[in-house]
Amino acid sequence: MTSELLEPKAPSQAGVPVGKGLTPMENATASRPVEPPARADEVAFHVEHLNGWFGQHQALFDVSLQIPARKVTAIIGPSGCGKSTFLRTLNRMHELVRGARLDCQIRLFGDDVYGPRVDPTLVRRRVGMVFQKSNPFPTMTIEENTVVGLRLNGVRDRRLLRERMEQSLRMAALWDEVKDRLDKPGISLSGGQQQRLCIARALAVQPEVLLMDEPASALDPIATMKIEELIQELKRDYTIVIVTHNMQQAARCSDYTAFFYMGKLIEYDKTEKMFTNPTHKQTEDYVTGRFG
Amino acid sequence: MTMQPQSLYHRWRKIKSTLMSVTALLCALLVIAPLGLVLGYLIHAGAGAINWDFFTQLPKPVGEVGGGMANAIVGTLTLLGLACAIGVPVGVLGGVYLSEYGSEKSNWWIRFGADVLNGVPSIAWGIVAYALVVVRMKTFSAYAGGVALGFMMIPLIMRTTEEVLLLVPNGYREAALALGISRWKMICQIVMKTAFKGIVTGVLLAAARIAGETAPLLFTAFGNRFWTHDLSQPIAALPLQVFVYAISPYDDWHRQAWAGALVLILMVLFINLIVRFITRGRFAGAGR
Repeated sequence: MTSELLEPKAPSQAGVPVGKGLTPMENATASRPVEPPARADEVAFHVEHLNGWFGQHQALFDVSLQIPARKVTAIIGPSGCGKSTFLRTLNRMHELVRGARLDCQIRLFGDDVYGPRVDPTLVRRRVGMVFQKSNPFPTMTIEENTVVGLRLNGVRDRRLLRERMEQSLRMAALWDEVKDRLDKPGISLSGGQQQRLCIARALAVQPEVLLMDEPASALDPIATMKIEELIQELKRDYTIVIVTHNMQQAARCSDYTAFFYMGKLIEYDKTEKMFTNPTHKQTEDYVTGRFG
Repeated sequence: MTMQPQSLYHRWRKIKSTLMSVTALLCALLVIAPLGLVLGYLIHAGAGAINWDFFTQLPKPVGEVGGGMANAIVGTLTLLGLACAIGVPVGVLGGVYLSEYGSEKSNWWIRFGADVLNGVPSIAWGIVAYALVVVRMKTFSAYAGGVALGFMMIPLIMRTTEEVLLLVPNGYREAALALGISRWKMICQIVMKTAFKGIVTGVLLAAARIAGETAPLLFTAFGNRFWTHDLSQPIAALPLQVFVYAISPYDDWHRQAWAGALVLILMVLFINLIVRFITRGRFAGAGR
């Protein structure tokens, strides 16, 4: 597994799981740039009849939707509506919470995410995640933070690590700001830089999808703007799902928007339509700021 | 209501407040007073007997003046090493289990057990090691002493390790898992590294706590007036030597007992100073 993760010649092997449900795919990770452009209607996630619980409390009710590849999909809704929970089901982080249960059918580019023999860590290598609170590892330098996902998955080749680090930091639009102090602690950066470092860290393992859980909600407007610009850059190569409280942000940077309310998917459509001419009354009330 | 506290009530309130803070201060002084007294008296009584010989010579036979406790000092360090070899891996991994794996119910029982063990009289640990090791090996030995001290360390280290691991924010665990890092690597490379200083602090404090234990060594390590080259033989230890010398009828031995006690307490003080040093600064947990 680890050596495959590294093979620069066959990067399509990266993160390809051994489990039964997930099999190698045409469009995996790093081979993407040399492939012909994907069809516009390619789907990253097929989610069908997703029900989620925390103990006795049901947090998600029969959610079904398809998330398109190489687009930005925003998840909006008031606090406690299940949007973060939904996001965390996509890379199997939900099940880490004590007492959490799930009943669903989710496929990632056709592969069953919740198949009986699927290793969740391999799912997570294909589906990266950025959290609300930036969390660079405090014991590691900027450089170590960036490639920690590779290093702890067995990559030893220094040249490759170095390459991947620079590439990831460049993709996260952080390289120019940190290239002279790569050996400084990751937590010495500013809040916005830390968040971009976390994005670089997630990109370094070359996932196919990037999940973002309110990535800019703790940042000032300028840092927020940088993250949003970054999202526009990244969607050429990555499928991005972003949870946000900020409706302007959803309107600005997403192609599709899903509106959740009380654990149910109320409406899901092109962002433009969601914000100008939503079908459901609840969506309209929410996006116009009448509640939530 | 006037702003000037003129009334009797106000004055009484002020007196009570002063009284309270003075009492608290006195109690705080009382807490550190024994340390000053003990150190002061040990230096007064023991410093005179501390010289080069004390650290380099074996005890002299009864009747001869002079000699030292070199074997006891080395013996105590050996016993600490053996105790750590048992106590650190078991204690740290037990703490990892409590913090990272255990269910609420099992954790309750394990914590309860550890807290009870923390309260077990140290002589009882000696008996346990006697029954487990001495009886079986048919001889007192360094191993037996190490087992007794190591068992004492386990619950101490386990609880401090658990506490410092729980201080590591969950965000780091989730971030690591979200990178597709397996759980045990996440625990070893992220969580334990982040809490590394805390774990070391817990280990050192446990070592300082057991360094001066005498009772568990009485019928395990047993003591020895000569060098021990074989860990399956009885071994000298500072607290044992101090105990034996202190109850002896010889003045020279009494002086050496004071000196031994002084060296012991300075060792403990030194460990505590290291702990203080470690717990300063923030970026020291970084492993390279």
